Amino acid sequence: MTCTEFLALLDELIDDTISAETRAQLQDHLKGCEHCEVTLNTTRKTIEIYRSHEVYELPASVRERLHAAIVARCKNGC
Amino acid sequence: MATIQVTGEDEPHPDVALVASALAGDVRAFETLIQKYDRQIFRIAQHITQNREDAQDVVQDAFLKAYEKLSQFQGNSKFYTWLVRIAVNESLMRLRKRRTGKMVSIDEDIETADGSVPRDLADWSPNPEQNYSQTELAAILRKTIQGLPHGFRVVFVLRDVDGLSTEETAETLGLSIPAVKSRLLRARLQLRERLSRYFRNKKAGEK
Ligand SMILES: [Zn+2]
Repeated sequence: MTCTEFLALLDELIDDTISAETRAQLQDHLKGCEHCEVTLNTTRKTIEIYRSHEVYELPASVRERLHAAIVARCKNGC
Repeated sequence: MATIQVTGEDEPHPDVALVASALAGDVRAFETLIQKYDRQIFRIAQHITQNREDAQDVVQDAFLKAYEKLSQFQGNSKFYTWLVRIAVNESLMRLRKRRTGKMVSIDEDIETADGSVPRDLADWSPNPEQNYSQTELAAILRKTIQGLPHGFRVVFVLRDVDGLSTEETAETLGLSIPAVKSRLLRARLQLRERLSRYFRNKKAGEK
């Protein structure tokens, strides 16, 4: 397996949507290829870091404004 | 942060009951749905519009629109994906207004292979967070993801941050499944490459 072939299957490996056979081939490639190992580790970490840190905080005022708008709409009959 | 609940196949999604109550006139049921999803909707709107005011307006308009059209919600898709579709459309509309004359859509073909080939191969994976304050880290993450085309950003956010499936992401954005897959791979690799620029330097600087 070449690095390009490994890269094409990177998402499937990360999302665990591959057959045991393909997984074994990928793991085999990883044993001898530090580049792909680093790519895999840092890509996994990239996903994890975006998943666990809120990049944009919702301002409290948005919630209040929306609440008021919904209540106002309901006064005229929901 | 996958907030989409996975329920058994014969068990109805809890949102189904909330939508039914809201339709029967229970405003609090709809408020529960708002509290459940407003952060995610704001996040998606921010990633598409890249503008704080627009994103705030999108949250407001998307939920009001969903409330108005609630009777049209079919229930054969998840309430959340239905809501996201409304929010994506509202976000694109705002974006179009700002870039008058320029067509903006999620499915525009973005053929940029740039940055998808891993070049920076420092292994910063164990703990890059510990070198930064929360504020610094959030700024880095923001700056990094802002550099991606919005069609990549949105796929990454829905799939990896929100935890939607490939099929749900495709349905929500009106994209084919192969398109979602290829964008996701490129988004992940480009983000990885861009983050490497920050994290590897910090690592090197320490030694
Ligand atoms: Zn390799």
